[in-house]
Amino acid sequence: MSTGGWIIMLLSVGGVTSLLLWCIYKGLTTPGETDKLHGFEGETPDEAENRS
Amino acid sequence: MADRPTESWNSRLGVILAVSGSAVGLGNFLRFPGNVAEYGGGAFMLAYFIGFILLGLPICWAEWTMGRRGGQLGFNSSPAILSALSGKAWMKWLGVIGMVIPVCIYMYYVYIEAWCLGYAVNFATGSMDFANVGESTNFWVDFIGAAKDGSAIGFGLKSVGFFLLICFVLNFFLIYRGISKGIEFFCKYAMPALLVLACVILVRVLTLGTPDTAFPDRNVENGLGFMWNPNKTFLETRDAGTGEWDRGSAEILGKGNLKTNEALVAASGGEKRLVKVSFVAQLLRPDLWLAAVGQIFFSLSVGFGIIITYASYLKPKDDIVLSGLSATSANEFAEVGLGGLITLPAAFMFLGSAGLVGAGLGTFDLGFKVLPMVFASMPAGNFFGFLFFFLLFLAAVTSSLSMLQPGIAFIEEALDIGRKQSVAILGLITAFGALFVVYFSADAKALDTIDFWAGTFLIFILATIEIIIFSWVVGIKKGLSWAHEGALIRIPRWTSFTMVWISPFFLLVIFVLWVLQNVFGLSLQGGEAQTTSYIKDLFIEPNPVAWMSIAVIALVWGFGIVVVSASRRFKGIENIELEENS
Repeated sequence: MSTGGWIIMLLSVGGVTSLLLWCIYKGLTTPGETDKLHGFEGETPDEAENRS
Repeated sequence: MADRPTESWNSRLGVILAVSGSAVGLGNFLRFPGNVAEYGGGAFMLAYFIGFILLGLPICWAEWTMGRRGGQLGFNSSPAILSALSGKAWMKWLGVIGMVIPVCIYMYYVYIEAWCLGYAVNFATGSMDFANVGESTNFWVDFIGAAKDGSAIGFGLKSVGFFLLICFVLNFFLIYRGISKGIEFFCKYAMPALLVLACVILVRVLTLGTPDTAFPDRNVENGLGFMWNPNKTFLETRDAGTGEWDRGSAEILGKGNLKTNEALVAASGGEKRLVKVSFVAQLLRPDLWLAAVGQIFFSLSVGFGIIITYASYLKPKDDIVLSGLSATSANEFAEVGLGGLITLPAAFMFLGSAGLVGAGLGTFDLGFKVLPMVFASMPAGNFFGFLFFFLLFLAAVTSSLSMLQPGIAFIEEALDIGRKQSVAILGLITAFGALFVVYFSADAKALDTIDFWAGTFLIFILATIEIIIFSWVVGIKKGLSWAHEGALIRIPRWTSFTMVWISPFFLLVIFVLWVLQNVFGLSLQGGEAQTTSYIKDLFIEPNPVAWMSIAVIALVWGFGIVVVSASRRFKGIENIELEENS
């Protein structure tokens, strides 16, 4: 692979990886936002029907 | 109105994984690497990232915003949301394409999903032993029934029928369980699993070294170079009859190869020459831009009518700006960071550039003809082949689930019925469509025709409608203020200008280029126009299967229009946003 190829590959892969890591960091470090990362409490149609 | 339980996402992570799951599909691992290699690594990536910033991300944010706003007004389907936000009654009929696109794509996508599962199972049982691409191609032709209509419907391990049934049932089981316990639940496990599998395969590929010592140039570094090198070198030979230079398909890679070819040129007496195609020369090709922007567009699932429906289940103050960026960045990571390093380097190491280009760089060529042979040839190939196709299967399921939800939302909304009934109705429609695609499997004609008209042409139309409604009809100021409600980050200021002027214009130019190339057959690299098979099949040498495929799309659209026209819920829908503001 040529030097240009290495540069393009590292910039491309590094760029998208950094963007993803930044998004994860931002989401996890915003106060109160981790409260939204919880389990599953929704109902399936059957459960909703049984409840009513 | 039926007493329908209001559905919503259970967590922000869930919606991000679901949207990125919708976007991460076969295109990330098969279509993207083929495009990068074909159009020259560096130049393609520059056009790709420009497309991402000017088209992909702005339309993505517009869809998230309109979807959440539509949800606040009580709607989940594209026709309802687009009509309510634009204030135009006729938009509910045009907006039906937001249901037609995903439902029609699902009809053939579930078939391809079944290929992935079938290949994974066949690798797991050790029955994928190919000595060359010809053998793996024959397996594919038999497996999908490409030789003859009706030949795909079989229930053995080497036929697609059984796997199709499993995929169909799995999709509808998950979609029946609902947004949170079905889609979100599956994506929350499938997406991380997919990333782990991709990383394992990546490590395997990058540690292959030089698999065949008889071909020292077929190594990892040259494999990566084949994909990423910005300048390409080719050997050209002068045609003895015409005197014109003929370019061999093989790109010259590696110092050893270059020296050999330089010696060939020196000994040819002027009959051979080495030609370097530069980064700038590649960047000036209009077809490169079309491929790069098309890749971004289809990869992010913008214009599919999916994001708009997914976002409508968000709560009013849920963040959409960071969530949208997170979902797109997860897709980009899977595409560039994983897909870009796995598929082509692996194929190059076993076939070399000539063999690879000869076998084809298209999605199906690479995925179902070249790679099975590559995995069959590598150490522990059955295990890694199973992992790779299981990865593709997971990626396909997260995408196909997202194709069903817009249809479910539309039927629930328009017919005012519950999820159980809407799942049954959509199940019938898609089962009919999928059977049609699978039965007419010869040359994958039905699949190809529906993919072209519903899976490509209509997507351009819907994306154009969406960006115009967001930027021009709703107005960019109001649109961005909706987007920023509850946002964890702000959309950069330059994006307003981009959304109003550049994105629609850019989209229009790309659409016109696409129509010129694919409908009118104009060569964007110069040369004579040639009628494309899609037009030939319809008007020049009418093909019954192509026409029936168009009829399937028209029937789904017709069903949508009839339902919208008869629905009480859609009456006066165009005034709802106005009333909300007054």
